[in-house]
Amino acid sequence: MDQTDLLLLHLLEENSRLSPEELGVMAELSADEVRHRITALEEGKIIKSYITIIDWERAADGGVAAIIELKVNPERDYGYDRIAERLANFPEVKALRLITGVYDLQLLVTGKTMHDVARFVSEYIAPMDRIRETATHIIMKTYKENGQSFYEREAGERIPYSL
Amino acid sequence: MMRDFVSARARTIPPSGIRKFFDLALSMEGIISLGVGEPDFPTPWNICEASIYSIEQGGTSYTSNRGLQPLRESLSIWLRQHYQLSYDPEQEMIITTGVSEGLDIAVRAVTDPGDEIIIAEPSYVSYAPCVTLAGGVPVPVQCREKDHFRLSPDHLMDAVSKKTKALIINFPNNPTGAVMRKEHLSAIADIIRDHDLLLISDEVYSELTYDGGHVSPATLEGMRDRTITLNGFSKAYAMTGWRIGYLCAPRDICDAALKIHQYVMLCAPVMGQVAALEGLRRGEAEKDRMIQEYRVRRNLFVEGLNRLGFSCHLPEGAFYAFPSVEKTGLSDLEFAERLLTEEKVAVVPGSVLGSGGENHCRCAYAVSRKDLAEALNRMEHFIHTL
Repeated sequence: MDQTDLLLLHLLEENSRLSPEELGVMAELSADEVRHRITALEEGKIIKSYITIIDWERAADGGVAAIIELKVNPERDYGYDRIAERLANFPEVKALRLITGVYDLQLLVTGKTMHDVARFVSEYIAPMDRIRETATHIIMKTYKENGQSFYEREAGERIPYSL
Repeated sequence: MMRDFVSARARTIPPSGIRKFFDLALSMEGIISLGVGEPDFPTPWNICEASIYSIEQGGTSYTSNRGLQPLRESLSIWLRQHYQLSYDPEQEMIITTGVSEGLDIAVRAVTDPGDEIIIAEPSYVSYAPCVTLAGGVPVPVQCREKDHFRLSPDHLMDAVSKKTKALIINFPNNPTGAVMRKEHLSAIADIIRDHDLLLISDEVYSELTYDGGHVSPATLEGMRDRTITLNGFSKAYAMTGWRIGYLCAPRDICDAALKIHQYVMLCAPVMGQVAALEGLRRGEAEKDRMIQEYRVRRNLFVEGLNRLGFSCHLPEGAFYAFPSVEKTGLSDLEFAERLLTEEKVAVVPGSVLGSGGENHCRCAYAVSRKDLAEALNRMEHFIHTL
């Protein structure tokens, strides 16, 4: 990893559809050098996947997302890892993190309706062994995701020329 | 019959060379402007936040003439760390209302009637009028494309006369993006010392030096006592509207500039000074992120220009490309006007930026990559319709 790798990562994080040729011009590399570096970053699991950021609210999909916090009794020898892996296997769980503070694990869960999310939590998550307490926070509005603002900023008036 | 009240001096100052273009552009919709010499980024939010908070706390009054003491202190340390410059924040520094004011008070502090001030061109448009207003005589010296738009010592020598008092340079340069490395500056410094001249160095684009780091002329041997260093926050921190610059000079010159500053400006706006201090203290990461983005855009845009057949050297600093439009067969003024009216792309014709600017156009690439790509598409279309 060097400064050039970091630049490539920043450019790809912002737009993963940039071609090696375009990236090459931007980062002052040949397209082949870019391919080589990206392959290395993929093999090193630094680049995990190439995803699309979608404003689902605007897509009017009607989906619901919630942040679920869990208090968990850790397991001897394994800590939080085994229960975390079990939770991560559910496709409804879009993100899962171990956090500091009052709660231990934090999940991002999505479903078609509020009822779906509630049922998932009450039927699958809450009854699991070692889970002591859950707190469900329905997401009402997303302002920013993955560094991208979801609202249009009124750009200030910019004059056409200045010398 | 009433007298003409406008002074002869004010009358001699030329009007803006782009007034016509400005008015045209304002009457049009859908323009992509590569004509603005300012960052497209808003000021980093922590900087805005610091200023808003200080206003809420009642920080709305005058500051000392020199500017807020903590700002000068921080700046003094920052200049030492980044450029190896050493200026006493109590005696050798003034916070100015943008570099524009810094330039004005610098020129007025050192110019006597009839003094010749050499100006390296093409350049920002206010140098010559400032000299004229101060009673001096502006003497242009041309930086040429074959020298990568650096100031050549030979050409400087040709411009020096017995009346020469000072030289004004601006590197990294608006409009060419040229950078003077240490060896280039040393050759100029030799002439300045040999002829007992003063250097006024406008370094407002210093942080936008893409390779090798900025060299401040005052750090060259024997130059500190004959250099006025001007710089500011507008370009590097995306703070154009805040109007904060600074002037650093040896004490006697700084004292003279301070007298003018206190009578005409009193102090720079306090909200801007608070913002600038936050920029120095916690603005480095955002500044570097913006500079990295300018570099990416430079690479994309200059590659695009050369692909279209405009010859354009790679600018080593600032955020301007300065391609030649010669191959279109149009003058730079015709090119800029037709590109605006036919393709809605605004660029600045080089000839309004002084000698050496003819047949070139200044394109500011401080616009989004998407707009840069669209501007290139429109330029391509324009060439095909010629």
